[in-house]
Amino acid sequence: MANISFTIKYWKQNGPKDKGHFDTHEMKNIPDDTSFLEMLDILNEELIAAGKEPFVFDHDCREGICGMCSLYINGTPHGKTSRGATTCQLYMRKFKNGDTITVEPWRSAGFPVIKDCMVDRSAFDKIIQAGGYTTIRTGQPQDANAILIPKADADEAMDCASCIGCGACVAACKNGSAMLFVSSKVSQLALLPQGRVEAARRAKNMIAKMDELGFGNCTNTRACEAVCPKCETIANIARLNREFIKAKLAD
Amino acid sequence: MPRFSTSLPEFDQTEKAVKARIDRLMNIKGKSSVDSIHKELGHIMWEHVGMGRTAEGLKEGIEMIKKLRQKFYSDLFIPQLNGVNTELEKALRLEDFFLMGLLIANDALSRNESCGGHFREEYQTEEGEAKRDDENYFYVGCWEYPGDDEKAPVLYKEPLVYEAIKVQTRNYKS
Repeated sequence: MANISFTIKYWKQNGPKDKGHFDTHEMKNIPDDTSFLEMLDILNEELIAAGKEPFVFDHDCREGICGMCSLYINGTPHGKTSRGATTCQLYMRKFKNGDTITVEPWRSAGFPVIKDCMVDRSAFDKIIQAGGYTTIRTGQPQDANAILIPKADADEAMDCASCIGCGACVAACKNGSAMLFVSSKVSQLALLPQGRVEAARRAKNMIAKMDELGFGNCTNTRACEAVCPKCETIANIARLNREFIKAKLAD
Repeated sequence: MPRFSTSLPEFDQTEKAVKARIDRLMNIKGKSSVDSIHKELGHIMWEHVGMGRTAEGLKEGIEMIKKLRQKFYSDLFIPQLNGVNTELEKALRLEDFFLMGLLIANDALSRNESCGGHFREEYQTEEGEAKRDDENYFYVGCWEYPGDDEKAPVLYKEPLVYEAIKVQTRNYKS
């Protein structure tokens, strides 16, 4: 363990219409086992002590499962962590003494800035809502082996379901596309027999909502895949396209 | 979903109460940041209301929480900002944590036995296992907040009634 000192450049923006600017602060002797968000807590304590306005950023569980933390760190969503980690799982030992660390919000038309690095991601909730319900027979639970699902399918569905909806895919995409997110959410149900019942309606409705909210389309750049903290692959996007075309042909 | 009108007396009353609560905190204008007080509260809870509790430690802890609450209401600093104010948001939660912390401490102090996750160091077997007192504490405790921080919370007991099983002491050793 060692302590590092560095310069932090953080984005300040007072609402979606404000132009915004960078502020700079010198951070001294930060233990390198501090997490990135804890470092920002220290920054805020120092800013408050100096009579300056604190820096606003999103965070919640701080253990990589909620999808709330959302920072562009040195030009990469969630920073350059080893694959499969969110901002809250990024530690200061990934940085060097004397570094300049730049922190920006997700930048996308679909995610307007509320303040500083806090953005409005309710568009994702609207897409999920558009997906609608899943038919589940209630009452006496049925035997676990009543519906047989191959292990490979169950695993793949689980991998798709591990998408936490953080929005890094949208932030990384040059088209501002939400396809990796939407395709993961469509896939997690489409891969299982229980999800097939409403599969066609779900694919059509979620894509329609995604388009309506102004998200772009996929051009197979794979930037989303490179930054996804949950390692979702664009194979999901191919599956989404198949689900969508199948649904449209059946109409 | 039907939308309720916001021009109802209940709505006005609630809005006023929330506004008064926010104004109270905003007007303290002290010197201690929300996080600094939150951390102090965390240390008290960890040291005095933690995994192994004692009557003495809990009494001390309760006094410390009350003293820290006085500091919260007299020396809290929240920046005066228009719009999003994350410090205010944290302060409102921290205010709740004081109530929650005292509730946990009071309940732990009143229950003179060890049971489940509640381990009172005075009440243990020779082997260091939790020692329950079913004669006096065979109930679920429910505490009423009397609407005033200075008044002691009121305990309501919901007795435990088991019909199908016999109540025993868990044993991992034999």
